[in-house]
Amino acid sequence: MLRNWRQRITLTDIVVWGIGVSIGIVIVVGTITTLISEKYSAATWLDLTVKGLALGGVYALIAMGYTLVYGILRMINFAHSEVFMSGPFTAVFLANAFSRSGFLDRQPVISMVLVTLLSMAVSMTIAVLLERIAYRPLRTAPRLVPLITAIGASFFLQYTFRGLYGSGFEAYPIPKVLQGSFVIGSIRIFSTQIVVILGAIAMMVTLYAIVQWTKIGKSMRAVSEDKEVAALMGIDVDRTIALTFALGGISAGAAGILYALLFPVVNFFMGFIPGLKAFTAAVLGGIGNVAGAFLGAIVIGLIESVGPNLFFDGLGIPTPAQMKDAIAFAILVFILIFRPTGILGERLAEAKA
Amino acid sequence: MNKKFFTILALLVLASMILAACAPAAPATTEAPPAGTEAPPAEDPCAADAIGCVDIAPGDPVHIAYGLVIAGPNESLGIDSRNGVEIAIDDVGGEILGHPIQFDGQDTGCNAETGQAAGTALAADPTIVAVIGTSCSSEARVALPLLKDAGFVVVSPSNTAPDLTEPGSENNHVPAYARTAHNDNLQGTAAAEFVFNELGFTKAATIHDGSLYADQLRQVFERRFIDLGGEIVAQEAVSLGQTDMSANLTAIAAGEPQVIYFPIFMPEGGFIIRQAKQTPGLENVQLIGADGLFSPEVIEGAGEDVEGFLVSSPALAGDAYTQFLEKYEAKFGTGPISIFHAHAYDAFMIIKNAIEKVAVQEEDGTLRIPRQALRDAVHNTENYQGLIGTLTCNETLELAGTVVKNPGDCGAAGVGVWQYHFGDFEIFTNPEVFWAPGD
Amino acid sequence: MQTKKISPWILTLRSGLVGGAVAILISLVGMVAAFSERFIVSGWFTMGQVLFLAPILLFSYTAVRRIAPQPSWITLLGGALTGLVSGALLAVLAFLIHAAPGIRDMFDKASFQLLEVLTFDLGVPNGLPGLLLISIVIGCLAGGEYLLPERLRRAFITGLVIVFLIGLLRDLIMTVVNQWVDKAKSFPDWATWSAPILTFIQNFFRRQIFAASGLKPLSAIVLFALISGLNYWRSGKPKQVRKPVAGDPRARTRLILRLSGWGLVLLLLPLVLGIFFAEILDNVGLYIMMGLGLNIVVGFAGLLDLGYVAFYAIGAYTMGVLTSPELGFFNLTYWEALPFALGASFLAGVLLGLPVLKMRGDYLAIVTLGFGEIVRLLALSDWLRPWLGGTQGIQRIAQPQLGGLVLNTQVELYYLFLVGIAIVAFVAWRLKDSRLGRSWMALREDEDVARAMGINHVTTKLLAFATGAIFSGLAGTIFAAKLQSVYPHSMNFLVSINVLSLIIIGGMGSIPGVFVGALALIAAPDLLREFAEYRYLVYGAVLVAMMLTRPEGLWPEERRKLELHEVEEVIEETAEEKFAPLAGTTD
Repeated sequence: MLRNWRQRITLTDIVVWGIGVSIGIVIVVGTITTLISEKYSAATWLDLTVKGLALGGVYALIAMGYTLVYGILRMINFAHSEVFMSGPFTAVFLANAFSRSGFLDRQPVISMVLVTLLSMAVSMTIAVLLERIAYRPLRTAPRLVPLITAIGASFFLQYTFRGLYGSGFEAYPIPKVLQGSFVIGSIRIFSTQIVVILGAIAMMVTLYAIVQWTKIGKSMRAVSEDKEVAALMGIDVDRTIALTFALGGISAGAAGILYALLFPVVNFFMGFIPGLKAFTAAVLGGIGNVAGAFLGAIVIGLIESVGPNLFFDGLGIPTPAQMKDAIAFAILVFILIFRPTGILGERLAEAKA
Repeated sequence: MNKKFFTILALLVLASMILAACAPAAPATTEAPPAGTEAPPAEDPCAADAIGCVDIAPGDPVHIAYGLVIAGPNESLGIDSRNGVEIAIDDVGGEILGHPIQFDGQDTGCNAETGQAAGTALAADPTIVAVIGTSCSSEARVALPLLKDAGFVVVSPSNTAPDLTEPGSENNHVPAYARTAHNDNLQGTAAAEFVFNELGFTKAATIHDGSLYADQLRQVFERRFIDLGGEIVAQEAVSLGQTDMSANLTAIAAGEPQVIYFPIFMPEGGFIIRQAKQTPGLENVQLIGADGLFSPEVIEGAGEDVEGFLVSSPALAGDAYTQFLEKYEAKFGTGPISIFHAHAYDAFMIIKNAIEKVAVQEEDGTLRIPRQALRDAVHNTENYQGLIGTLTCNETLELAGTVVKNPGDCGAAGVGVWQYHFGDFEIFTNPEVFWAPGD
Repeated sequence: MQTKKISPWILTLRSGLVGGAVAILISLVGMVAAFSERFIVSGWFTMGQVLFLAPILLFSYTAVRRIAPQPSWITLLGGALTGLVSGALLAVLAFLIHAAPGIRDMFDKASFQLLEVLTFDLGVPNGLPGLLLISIVIGCLAGGEYLLPERLRRAFITGLVIVFLIGLLRDLIMTVVNQWVDKAKSFPDWATWSAPILTFIQNFFRRQIFAASGLKPLSAIVLFALISGLNYWRSGKPKQVRKPVAGDPRARTRLILRLSGWGLVLLLLPLVLGIFFAEILDNVGLYIMMGLGLNIVVGFAGLLDLGYVAFYAIGAYTMGVLTSPELGFFNLTYWEALPFALGASFLAGVLLGLPVLKMRGDYLAIVTLGFGEIVRLLALSDWLRPWLGGTQGIQRIAQPQLGGLVLNTQVELYYLFLVGIAIVAFVAWRLKDSRLGRSWMALREDEDVARAMGINHVTTKLLAFATGAIFSGLAGTIFAAKLQSVYPHSMNFLVSINVLSLIIIGGMGSIPGVFVGALALIAAPDLLREFAEYRYLVYGAVLVAMMLTRPEGLWPEERRKLELHEVEEVIEETAEEKFAPLAGTTD
């Protein structure tokens, strides 16, 4: 058996494994040295963990959109990050409009609910329009073409929003009721963080329920299994795909609003990096797998929050926070080298001959 | 027949291109003096000028251009300066020496790349006499060589990096360059002394964002703070566009500072202010920024957490300044949106005075401005009573062992500290002057 | 495929709605207002107006085409209806801007300036009906255009487009004319007789043809008549089919003459156009070089690399680290450091290629994107500042020297670019038809089959990445030398997107396509400065539009074109076969 293994391994595999292993060693050594130096207290780590969980929740919602679309169409919806961005943008302007007219003060709860619903509706519309205009005509095209279309659509949306709303940064109004915090033990948890975590869990459960237990979900799974046979079985493929995009859009819009609760400034470019990280999360958990997306996102959120200080501080790297984004990408490479199907495994159909 | 026709046409085009290319390049600025004019009895200033003259025909405008940040997240900086210049143009009646003033320019984007593009666009226009710009020091680094080679004189209302006037520095292009803003050696020193002496803090942390301005300013601050006896417990850096500051702030919290000095821009500044309050250990730490965080966007971005936030910025006062504020409000419908409007006003005035001093009126009404003489005139401005104080552009001043003014620094305003409250942005009320030099 | 019969009125309504929505979007994004200062025909209409009238024209034409065949008056009516609907939507927008402050607050581009442009400066009570009227007229025009016989239509459109372009590029043309005349004024004495002629030409251009902004109305009409007339006349002449006879010595001399003519033009271009355009040409040259490299990776080998800027950065930074006295490690000259920079890019290409060998297209894209971002973050970090300069970048990079001449002006660097591009283009051209090139294309078509045929996918893919990396690294070194500095902020994702867009739009895998794409995408925003803000918006829209209609690009590579339209042809064929028996029946 050893001989078999030796025959199959090539130089490239060795080099690639080398890269992966060295990343692993760096991480382990860094962690150990940081923990030994005891620069940070347990309370600090807990605090960072909570922040990571909240961030992970947001990524989870975006990742679910990616994973659903990839499962069904076998393509990465690059423009998903712009769907994510459209949610809080619309919310900001609606909220500002409401507050200008005094509606926000008079009926805070109703206006916030209205703003959230309207923003999610806008994201959903954008997602569905995207599918209808840019992706549907290209379903039979070679793989490169819809990918490039997605990139083009992503830029188009970004800069449309920039043109519509300006290139500046708008402050997102956080309602008074969410501005408090609770002290639990030695750490402080903010209401916004709780809302984000609970919201993410709620949406995940809802989406999972829809995919697993409803008829729509069944048709989605059927179409992702085999489009032609599903059509033969009487499933309206176009409608199912549109619904998938709609679900992804709602989820991304909600993610955007939650993200804006954590970092209350919106800008036309804000979707780009979170989008990439969410995709990493989806791959990490196993693309096509809703529960996997959630798990992957939590992991990414935690690593991003705790990671720079944990891994790099001990190694004496100054200002490790600059490398925060790099960590997420390094994880992506890591996963794709060692376990390309993700933690929970992919849920994709076999490649048909 | 068609092919022949096109061939002949193509040959003609080629021939004229060759002739045009081989002809000696005509310098854009000098022309033979118009026949019929007597040569002025004195030495011709244009022939003697090292660069040459720009000639403005009767009725043609004097072209003063700007290279400011008028778009993007820091647009209030450049728009504010531009507004200041527009008020100055109004105040001088819209003309210099009988010629109308043409005022337009390019957006410089507050980074090196757009700065270079803008600089090249400006440099290609030989009708420009002077440039008011740039807004950010990072643009200046790249744009100044281009503008200098084009023969212009550049006066900046808001560059503050010490490098730009430091004798012997690569980036020093004085006397083609001058600025009415302060030198950050002054701001950093003043801020450090304020923190140590006025606030009585001895442990500080700094954050910069990688820009030339922020990096140099915090270095000056650190140096002076340590000289005074303080301790820098943490140094962090954020990237442009970073939203999650928790890693930086957690690292800073581990050092237990009493104050954080972060001379950066929006939106990162806003995030720091908000998230510091959410980081265990930093809830009550004093946060201090610098003149990059003097704008309405700060209040928007930081929300209620902006209460008590301090910034070091020029401290402006005086009757002339108050009148200026009224004009600003009347013309633009709002108060100033940044802190360099008066500096821009004075920059324009310095240029105008210099033009009036060196320009030569020909008999036929042509105005000839010798470029090198213009630069020297700007550089030798002395005791000019401007909105920000008395401006002198060619002296060296020291403060507490650091050179805070080099030739090229015309600025006179001292650096004070302002405090923000949560509410609408209105200069002098919110933020209000918390400490002025001389208090 | 379902073919429901839709009433033509519904079709026109739909087209009108979509056209109106597009026009509203263009207005709200600010493009209309931004371009409203630039006249195409002075006093008549500005580019801003063209921008919101064009969608109306386009969608009216589409509607008319969809409802065909119809009797002429219905065609015209249909066009008019579409125009009316689009115009109505725009009028609603204009009215809202006028009456509802909420809209103005929400969209800061929905300003009074926009209102002025939309109402043609006539104020609201007159302007709104005016807008509707013009929309109807344009719709009719579209219908009429459809009804015209082919030759007339083509002549009409050509005339329109060329006049439009001339009006738009007035500044460029005037600058060139001015430059020539200025240079000519300092001719040697024996040519002074030409001076009054040239001055006359200059004044003619300046006063008669062009106004302060845009064309003069009279000259616009004259030019339009001339050009469309010429086009009509030429299209009428029978096409002479001249078969190129192999080995024909006259054909070869013609080819050589043509090539050397172009070569001469290229050599003289920057001298004639001046420093501003030399700068633009330098930029174009930079992107052409990178485009040729990415063309190999994406076009030949089919590997979508979104992190291409990483190699550019590595080339530039290596040059910086090796030659800058600021960091002081080595003080090499440009030429000495060049091989190291290229070598570093090569290594980086290989290193990037290794982990992604097995990855599928989409994953490959994301991972390469990540790689690009990692390189940028590393260059920017404080951690590597002692070696890479951190956020301040590296200054005082050496510039190439040839004997005593330092190449540092735009014009001199243009020649360096020219040489570089010539080398790179030559290499790419030869590679394309070589064994390596064919292996790339085989891998692109179907990797499994290619491997089964014995192509070593490891070396082939790695070579693709490495070659692309070297070209990009070369561009990076020249860029570093040109600016004499490198900043990490300029090594961002947008550069990769720029390069990707231009090769896609020019034509994936096609070498002349790279040139076309670069001219279209890089020169245009530099020439029309108002355009710069909307650059990526237009890129995105054009990318999507191109992928939907013409994925092989503007100057396609033949094989690609066949490949991409293969599926459509199959569908068409089967459709023809299926529906042939039904031909002749009415729906």
